Amino acid sequence: MLRPPGNWTSDKPAFSASEARGEKPLLVVRNVGIEFGGIAALKNVSFNVPHGDIVGLIGPNGAGKTTLFNCLSRIYRPSRGDILLEDRSILQQPKHRIAAMGIGRTFQNVALFSTLSVRDNIRIGGHSITSGDAISDMIRLSRRRRTEERLDEVAREICEFLDLRPVEDLPVSSLPFGTQKRVELGRALAMRPKILLLDEPAGGLNHEEVFALGSLIVRIRDQLGITILLVEHHMGLVMSIADRVVALNFGEKLSEGTPAYVQSDENVVKAYLGSKAT
Amino acid sequence: MTAIPQTTLTSAKTGKRSGIVRQTSSVLFLLILVLVPLAATNFVTFQITMLLVYATAILALNILTGGSGQFSLGQSAFFAIGAYTCAVLVEHGGVNYLLTLPIAAAVCFVTGFLFGLPALRLSGVYLALATFALATAMPQLLKLGYFERWTGGVQGLVTSKPDAPLGLPISPDTWLYYLTLAFSLAIYAAATNLLSSRTGRAMMAIRDNEIAASAMGIDVALYKTLAFGISAAITGVAGALGAIAVQFVAPDGYTFQLSIALFLGMVVGGVGWLPGSIAGSAFIVFVPNVAESISKGLSGAVFGVLILLVIFVIPRGARQIAEYLQATIEGKRGSA
Repeated sequence: MLRPPGNWTSDKPAFSASEARGEKPLLVVRNVGIEFGGIAALKNVSFNVPHGDIVGLIGPNGAGKTTLFNCLSRIYRPSRGDILLEDRSILQQPKHRIAAMGIGRTFQNVALFSTLSVRDNIRIGGHSITSGDAISDMIRLSRRRRTEERLDEVAREICEFLDLRPVEDLPVSSLPFGTQKRVELGRALAMRPKILLLDEPAGGLNHEEVFALGSLIVRIRDQLGITILLVEHHMGLVMSIADRVVALNFGEKLSEGTPAYVQSDENVVKAYLGSKAT
Repeated sequence: MTAIPQTTLTSAKTGKRSGIVRQTSSVLFLLILVLVPLAATNFVTFQITMLLVYATAILALNILTGGSGQFSLGQSAFFAIGAYTCAVLVEHGGVNYLLTLPIAAAVCFVTGFLFGLPALRLSGVYLALATFALATAMPQLLKLGYFERWTGGVQGLVTSKPDAPLGLPISPDTWLYYLTLAFSLAIYAAATNLLSSRTGRAMMAIRDNEIAASAMGIDVALYKTLAFGISAAITGVAGALGAIAVQFVAPDGYTFQLSIALFLGMVVGGVGWLPGSIAGSAFIVFVPNVAESISKGLSGAVFGVLILLVIFVIPRGARQIAEYLQATIEGKRGSA
């Protein structure tokens, strides 16, 4: 849906380049609401993620950021509203189809397959872009060979891209936290997503690692053409790489716009600091 | 290039040298298995046949528990269904015993798959209990008067021992041994292939992290039930092979104690380590005899102590011993 032309003159500089060109957004979150035991975790949240943008989702703890992510990957089912990816509602699809639709994600506290190797984790990430059946897998039919070759190629490319070649064969549980986060990113990239949801990618990383992560995320967008939605507490990171920012608080959208706009929004400052800044 | 990884569930330390040690020991072991009947009496050959039968059943449980992370104490039920499918078809249907093996696999696959559906709602100990219920019900179901015409009720069924085909100059026991060996090896290869493939990785992903697996596009329900079906099918073939070797099926041969024994065998062999299945099988077949030779009156207690010893000394089972040996051999080669 196009925005009404009236918005062009609005003082909210909330448009991305692609929307200005009149393209449809990749992801539309429309009036999404969800409750847990009578407490509203999300209330009427709406925003768009345009093609090729890096969108930051910020907000204090408990604002509903991860809940929203879990709605996007169908771990939770919103009780109201709709979520559209390229005009198709993801709520109408079974949970395991979400990956094939093009939504990849990482998790807040790293949810890797910890007993398996880096390569196997990434191969599993490629599950939705390959096909197979138990019979050909058991008796080594050519279908299995084609699938394995494809997955090997994907794993090789991704390990190259993320500098994971030296640790390819190691079990992920033996790797340092920062490396595990990179593996998780690689696993999500293996499904060739249209949009990548990153849940606190900078959490637990040191200063240099955060800096490297920032340029990596930009590289993923620029080189692989993947749209990015990231939840992040590290304001420096969000403000430096995001094209636009959506701020949540108590399950409601507080503000939306360019990083500079959101950063100076009175409501946002209030939510973070508890009082009006002067 | 296309070598099958010997241990599919271990991903670490796949150096070239460890590959050589593994391959050499696999070949040696295979050679022993092939040559054993030449040196053994018919009774020992029969015992080793049963060793392979139970190893195959443990392998099946290993795919389910080690692979997809689902517990089952109901394997004896699938074993029984396989055994009875074979015996009933041979005795009442006049079907060739070789043909009953794939039929047993199919029947058990369907049963396992269907049982896997309600089991989807259960996990961990609850799933173990639900499968246990199946195991306790099975012997009585086999005794039911309604089925007695086919199953022989409490008496069970006696089948005849098949001779070696094509006039091969080997005893029926030796023939059955090679038949069982061939099926066991084929199943082992298929299981190894499975676990090192897309399907197997999907199962292991579910075992390690169900939510993440689902986010990767894995149909969790499908692969969980598939694991049940495949595991049941293999257990069914093991049961059928056992029925052919023993030439007798009866309800009381397939009580929940068999399930517990298979579970024990899996743990002793190393959960998730397919080659360990044969070690686990050796434990459940031979160690009770060893216990009895130590003390006739207290054989159960001695067996219990031996189990405790295994748990405390080698908690990861035969896998731990294999890894230790491998490290020692490689260490020597490295320093030489």
